[in-house]
Amino acid sequence: MPAFPQAAREALGNAQLRANLAHATGTIRAKRAAVVAEVEDWEELRLAGAAIKDATLLRLDEHLLRLEAALQARGALVHWARDAAEACAVVAEVARAHGVDEVVKVKSMATQEIGLNEALAAEGIAAWETDLAELIVQLGDDLPSHILVPAIHRNRAEIRDIFARAMGAAGRPAPADLTDDPARLAEAARLHLREKFLRARVAVSGANFAVADTGTLVVVESEGNGRMCLTLPEVLVSVVGIEKVVPTWSGLEVFLQLLPRSSTGERMNPYTSTWTGVTPGDGPQEVHVVLLDNGRTRALADEVGRQALRCIRCSACLNVCPVYERTGGHAYGSVYPGPIGAILNPLLRGVGQDAQTDSLPYASTLCGACFEVCPVRIDIPEVLVHLRSQVVDAHRGGLPRPEAVAMRGGAWAFARPRRWAFVERAGGLLGRAVGRLGVRRLPWPASAWTRARDLPPVPRRPFRSWWLREGSRS
Amino acid sequence: MVTCLGDALFPDVGRATVSLLRRLGVGVEVPTGQTCCAQPMVNTGYLEEAVPVVRTFVEAFAGYDAVVAPSGSCAGSVRHQHALVARRAGDPALAEAVARTAPRVHELSEFLTDVLGVEDVGATFAHRVTYHPTCHSLRLLDVGDRPTRLLRAVRGLELLELPHAQECCGFGGTFAVKNADTSVVIGQDKARHVLDTGAEVLVASDSSCLMHVGGILSRQRAGVRVMHLAEVLAATGSP
Ligand code: SF4
Repeated sequence: MPAFPQAAREALGNAQLRANLAHATGTIRAKRAAVVAEVEDWEELRLAGAAIKDATLLRLDEHLLRLEAALQARGALVHWARDAAEACAVVAEVARAHGVDEVVKVKSMATQEIGLNEALAAEGIAAWETDLAELIVQLGDDLPSHILVPAIHRNRAEIRDIFARAMGAAGRPAPADLTDDPARLAEAARLHLREKFLRARVAVSGANFAVADTGTLVVVESEGNGRMCLTLPEVLVSVVGIEKVVPTWSGLEVFLQLLPRSSTGERMNPYTSTWTGVTPGDGPQEVHVVLLDNGRTRALADEVGRQALRCIRCSACLNVCPVYERTGGHAYGSVYPGPIGAILNPLLRGVGQDAQTDSLPYASTLCGACFEVCPVRIDIPEVLVHLRSQVVDAHRGGLPRPEAVAMRGGAWAFARPRRWAFVERAGGLLGRAVGRLGVRRLPWPASAWTRARDLPPVPRRPFRSWWLREGSRS
Repeated sequence: MVTCLGDALFPDVGRATVSLLRRLGVGVEVPTGQTCCAQPMVNTGYLEEAVPVVRTFVEAFAGYDAVVAPSGSCAGSVRHQHALVARRAGDPALAEAVARTAPRVHELSEFLTDVLGVEDVGATFAHRVTYHPTCHSLRLLDVGDRPTRLLRAVRGLELLELPHAQECCGFGGTFAVKNADTSVVIGQDKARHVLDTGAEVLVASDSSCLMHVGGILSRQRAGVRVMHLAEVLAATGSP
């Protein structure tokens, strides 16, 4: 993946994408604001959500062991996965043990993070997404662009074309006379998916929450397709990030209030499924739970960054982000896009290793809109600045980059007023000379500025010299 | 406190701030020992480099009753980032100096309304104006409607509501250069909203944001001027 600025430039060139995004994020932003305003104690709820998550993260080991014991007591099989490869191997092994060549999937970020579909495909096992938007992305041979609305970058006409072209190869084909009427599109998806639900013997899910007290996993959704996967197949494998644990049901109550209003702008989501191990004669009779680390303990070790593990993946921060709104999710080069992606990916992977990851903490104007809406009060701007300093520190030593030279030069000048006064005067002279000569092409960083923006004219004299000569006396 | 950007590129903003405060009976000094609030370094991740700059800042402003900055983002940087820089430097003396200075730093509209208790500063400015609240004033400092209350009291001024006012202009400090393409696209949307109001002048409390949006408006030859809040409040209308 190219670093963010390059990827963004490409996305910015796509006018259709930008129009789709601006429309979709604008709509959901307004919906969220309206339903959040209804809740009088919203701020207290946010504080409670943040506090519960923080307390749990500080004793994560204990809560996870409690969760494991509770799950086992209810007949679930618990697996621990340090990384993506280990987690994928568990799922593939379960599928193989049951001799299936396909599984149905509940929409889940964790399984995308570990590249499960691709890993299963390599083993000859097809993984079918059953969330409508994920289905659009999968059939379109595309990547998700949003946490909650993965096909946010697609409009109705594009979806119709994808269905007409690709449904047949994946199962039941789309009706020949399919139009871009939303009801017709939904009906085509329903018929296509129903066939999958009834056929599949193994399902794969994630979980929004895992209650340690009782060993209960929770999935929150809008369509009910997840519930089909969670109840019809014989075998269920759930891949759960270790940060998803909440200690008690009363803690869960807080998040079930915060999540739907923040994510879909609804007072309550249409479907909340909870399942606790195996219930004889009801639902899957073999339940596996894969507890996934994949960089989470690394993030936990970062005192400033660990707050990112509070994230409940509501995507509110994406919907208000001015950068995300223009570039879309693909520019972030990972399954977690937008402001949360800009901090989570570097935290999970570590900085200083590849240019793409290192570019993410800079993919923000630090406007603070993300912090304002985050239901668990993750101070994303604070973490961004913190991660930027990690990126800078990782590149100390060796040949300094132009930016480092500029920053050190600035700091050198700002450290002593006389130096700054000198630099300012010299800069002013240079700026006016350049202005008089009508020079058009300036070196970096002015070049990046002037491609689409004029520079202000350089004043005849800076404030400081006015103050020294006249200002202080008048 | 005159920001480094204001000092070098927008001296009129500093002069307007001085004359406005003096008109309101405030004794103004501009310590020449000051340089910059260190925000460019901190926000780009150069925390180590920011340490001497913060030290210069607290030395320059030690001993004043109040420090007034015509910039939401610089005031915000002092109040929210200097402690972090001092902590990172592991310098308790610096941390203490920061703790003494930072709370006395006010953004201009905060100082006028909260400390001086004035809303009508006696200005006259007969133009159609729209106001961009700038992210750091809005979210970091929570200045609320203080600037627009001040503007409403200006004689002759017609304040037009800016659509999507709370959205970022796309400047973002070094973001404007590191992610120049995205920055410009966000700024062009802001410029379009400004033009939609039919205003003659775009006003804000941060020269940096004004430089960005103003640079776009100027490139588009849009015919809309940008002015700092201090310049409008200092205007008396007399020729
Ligand atoms: S960071 Fe906050 S706003 Fe963003 S997805 Fe996570 S919980 Fe939601």
